[in-house]
Amino acid sequence: MEQKISLTVNGQQVERTVPARRLLIDFLRYDLGLTGTKEACSVGVCGACTVLVDGKTAASCIMLAAQASGRAITTVEGLAAEGERLHPVQQAFIDMGGFQCGICTPGQVMAAKGLLDTNPNPSDDQIREWMMGNLCRCTGYYKILGSVRKAAGR
Amino acid sequence: MHDFAYHAPTTLPEALELLDRYGDDARVIAGGTVLVTLMKQRLSQPGHLVSLANVGVLQGVRLQGDGLHIGATVTQRDVETAPQVQSAWPLLAETYRRVATVRIRNLATVGGGLAHGDPNQDPPPTLLVLGASVTLASSQAVRTLPVSELWTGYFETAVQPGEVVTELIVPLPPVGSGSAFLKFLPRTEDDYATVSVAALVQLDVSGACQDIRIALGSAGPTAVKATRAEAVLRGKQPTDALISQAADQAREEVGPIADVRGSAAYKRDIAAVFVRRALQQAIAGAR
Repeated sequence: MEQKISLTVNGQQVERTVPARRLLIDFLRYDLGLTGTKEACSVGVCGACTVLVDGKTAASCIMLAAQASGRAITTVEGLAAEGERLHPVQQAFIDMGGFQCGICTPGQVMAAKGLLDTNPNPSDDQIREWMMGNLCRCTGYYKILGSVRKAAGR
Repeated sequence: MHDFAYHAPTTLPEALELLDRYGDDARVIAGGTVLVTLMKQRLSQPGHLVSLANVGVLQGVRLQGDGLHIGATVTQRDVETAPQVQSAWPLLAETYRRVATVRIRNLATVGGGLAHGDPNQDPPPTLLVLGASVTLASSQAVRTLPVSELWTGYFETAVQPGEVVTELIVPLPPVGSGSAFLKFLPRTEDDYATVSVAALVQLDVSGACQDIRIALGSAGPTAVKATRAEAVLRGKQPTDALISQAADQAREEVGPIADVRGSAAYKRDIAAVFVRRALQQAIAGAR
C-alpha cells in the first residue's frame, strides 16, 4: 500500500508517496539519492545507518519512512552545505585519522554529533559508552575516540 | 519486506477501532525496533500496522499517588534520562540505561518492550522487583494487572487481541532501600544479558532485611522472581553466609535455556554469582 509522507530532510521540506514498507534508509538512499548513510548489519546493531531524528540518533535500517513522517531527519549530507566548511565533527575525523575504509564513518560522525549536541564536554568514558554501538571493522576505535575528543575541543 | 497498510491514528479510540476492524491481520507499532526487524526477517507479516506514535494520550510521564505513570510510547531513553526517575527510581533509570544502545533506546518504547514478552530484555526483572503494573485498553474495557501476570510464557503475554498497553505504573521504592541491576555481558556491552539480576533490599533499624526482592532475566521463559531466595534472607541479618545461601537457592529457581550465550548449567552458576553480587550491592546501598 502507498503511504503519503511529509518530513524535513536536512532542513528541506519533502513530500513523497512511497510504499508503506519503505525503510527510512532506503527512502534516503534511493528516493532522495542521499547515499551518505550506509547500511551494513540491517538489524540496528552496527550503527552504520545512524541518522538524527528530531536531533536524536536513530537506526534508519529498522525504521519505516512512514514513521519519520512529521519529523526532522538529519543525515551526514546535512552537516555542511556544498562547498562550505566541514562540520567540526567531520573535520576532527579527518584531522585525527578517525577512519580507515570509511564505511562506518557517516554513522560514527552522526553518532558523535548526537553526543556533542547532548553533552558538549563528554568524558572519555561517556564517549566510549555512547559510541560503543557504532562498530568499526577496521577496529580504528582509538582514533575515533580521539576524533570525538578533538571535536569536543579537547 | 511484504506489503502492508500503515495507519497513524491520533486518538486511542481510533487506534482501538482499527485493531478491532483488522483483527489478527493488524499489529501495533510504536518505535518499531522489534516489529520492523521481525518483518524484515519475515517472522511477522501483518497486513495492517497501527502506529501509536501520534496518540497523544500515550505520551508523557506523570507522578500520581500510586507511583510513576509512564505512557506506553515514552521512549526507553526518556525514562533513563528523566530527572524524576533518576532521583526517585534510580534502579529504573539504571536498568533502561543498560538496554542496547542510545540509538535503539531513542526509538524503542516502554510499552513496546512490555508487549514483546522477551525474557531476555533488561526491564522485566527490575519491574518485577519494583512491583510495577501495566494498564491495557481495548475498545471494550480498561484493566490493570501486575507485570508478574503480564508475561505468561516465552514471548507470550496476557495482552489480548484488540488490546494495547497504555501505561506502566511503577510504585515508589521502599524508603531507604538499596538496589542493584547487574547484567553479565561476556560479549559486547549492547548485548542481551547472559543472565541479569535486579535486587532491592530495605533494612530495619537492627540491620535485618525487612523487605527483600530478587528477580532474574534471561533465566527462564519469563523473567523469574526468586521467591525462595528472598525467603532465605527475609527478616534475617544479611551475613555473607546467608547471602551465599540465597544465591544458591536462586540457582535452583531459574530455568535458563542453552543458547549461544552458554549452557543451561553455566547460566545457573552465573545466576548464583550475580544474585550474590547484586545483593551485596543492594545491601551496601541500604546501609
